[in-house]
Amino acid sequence: MPQYLLTIYQPDGGEPAPEVLEPIMRDLDAVNREMREAGVWVFAGGLHPPETATVARVTGDDVLLTDGPYLEGKEHVGGFTVIEAPDLDAALGWGRKLAGAITLPIEVRPLYDGPGC
Amino acid sequence: MLNPPGTTPTAEVERVFREAYGRAVAVLTRLLGDIDAAEEAVQDAFVTAVARWPEDGVPPSPAGWIVTTARNRAIDRLRRESTRVDRYRAAALLADPAPPPEEGAVRDDRLRMLFTCCHPALAPAARVALTLRLVGGLTTAEIAHAFLVPEATMAQRLVRAKAKIRAARIPYRVPAEADLPDRLRGVLAVVYLVFTEGHTASSGEALVRTALCAEAVRLGRELAELMPDEPEVSGLLALMLLVESRRPARVSPDGDLVPLAEQDRARWDAALVAEGQALVRRCLRRNAPGPYQLQAAIQAVHSDARTTADTDWAQVVALYDHLTALAPSPMVALNRAVAVAELAGPAEGLALVEQLDLPGHHLLPAVRADLLRRLGRAAEADTAYRAAIALAGNAAERAFLERRRAELGRAGPGEGGPSRAAGAAS
Repeated sequence: MPQYLLTIYQPDGGEPAPEVLEPIMRDLDAVNREMREAGVWVFAGGLHPPETATVARVTGDDVLLTDGPYLEGKEHVGGFTVIEAPDLDAALGWGRKLAGAITLPIEVRPLYDGPGC
Repeated sequence: MLNPPGTTPTAEVERVFREAYGRAVAVLTRLLGDIDAAEEAVQDAFVTAVARWPEDGVPPSPAGWIVTTARNRAIDRLRRESTRVDRYRAAALLADPAPPPEEGAVRDDRLRMLFTCCHPALAPAARVALTLRLVGGLTTAEIAHAFLVPEATMAQRLVRAKAKIRAARIPYRVPAEADLPDRLRGVLAVVYLVFTEGHTASSGEALVRTALCAEAVRLGRELAELMPDEPEVSGLLALMLLVESRRPARVSPDGDLVPLAEQDRARWDAALVAEGQALVRRCLRRNAPGPYQLQAAIQAVHSDARTTADTDWAQVVALYDHLTALAPSPMVALNRAVAVAELAGPAEGLALVEQLDLPGHHLLPAVRADLLRRLGRAAEADTAYRAAIALAGNAAERAFLERRRAELGRAGPGEGGPSRAAGAAS
């Protein structure tokens, strides 16, 4: 079954206030539960803020480490979900649900299928 | 049709190809599960046809022959490439009792292709290009030429779009009932975009790129045949036919734009008018009005009138009111203001126009200029004409506005008569 990565993009800056976040998290839990019950949920994760990231980059024979995210921007990847779906329409259906729950843009992108990818 | 039919077998073959391409690729895409493989197989079949038909003659059902031959070529190719998966697929194809393709099945495949090409996950420019290539059967060079982009750019656009269809698995099917209205709107928008791009070419020298209009009408006819029960499909076809009927009168022999009010109505294509009006009547009886049906109904009112003065402007305004309620947009409001000016006078129309904002579009200042001119406010009209000329991308429209502006000094107030607004309602 083809898999799709649903990426959550969120604006930089701290977390929203608890009274804003609380209903969003509740809706998000509901969508995740629905995904599991439908048997499409493969894996999901929420990420610590981009300041906690470290980039490893090859320079010559060495690998250089730098503090912070690889890309600096106004938004960052806040979390992701991998789902199984027979086609893009099905995957977009879940993408819409996820976007509706957390009110942030969701990028839906197919994964290569087959072993070794 | 882009290539006029000739008498040589090659010309006959070309004509048949163009008509058979969309059908054959649609059927083969379902059989092979891949658009590129389908196109390749159909092209193989065309190569065979070019070699055989001039000697053997064109077969009785050329499209059926192409589908059968393409299927056989695809099987040969899969066998040759002989990975295990491909051999299975070849066996599956052989087991499929496909030829000759039954008409209903072809119909379904053509609809599938149309909905895939117009999928909302594709960029609008890609939807248009794919539809013209895979449904309309135009070559990449022809599409590039029609949209004034280099052929390599258009080829790249098509390759990218097809790669996305494959990688993201955009499904090859007609959407489920629940999604159909929304998805159908997307398909109609693509066909209408092809038409409007052809009708008033958004840039370049010629006012009308006839090939694009003809292609859009052809797609509209086909869609109406495939979905006879969708009133908006008939509405779009009627709208295009009625607008297209005025083409002989809309451009002067010198290539100048002739606005609706000044067109020689005897030169309208009577057959297209009759066909468009019959469609409008049939739509209205269904009583499920939509934006395309209403726009077609407005054009039908114009087609009914022998002169601009004869036009039932009250009816036009009423239809625009209905359209505003269903699908409000600044462009609808502008066209409504033009009709109000005819019904109640230029001052009433101008009052509506002054409330509108259509950034970057030449029609708003063009209509304003016309209304100011008719109110005798020449200096303000001059400024508005300048603004419209600066924004118009099409050479023929620019020339029309220049002419109007030059005439400002000569005509006295109140002499203008009916609307001269470029493009609006024409």
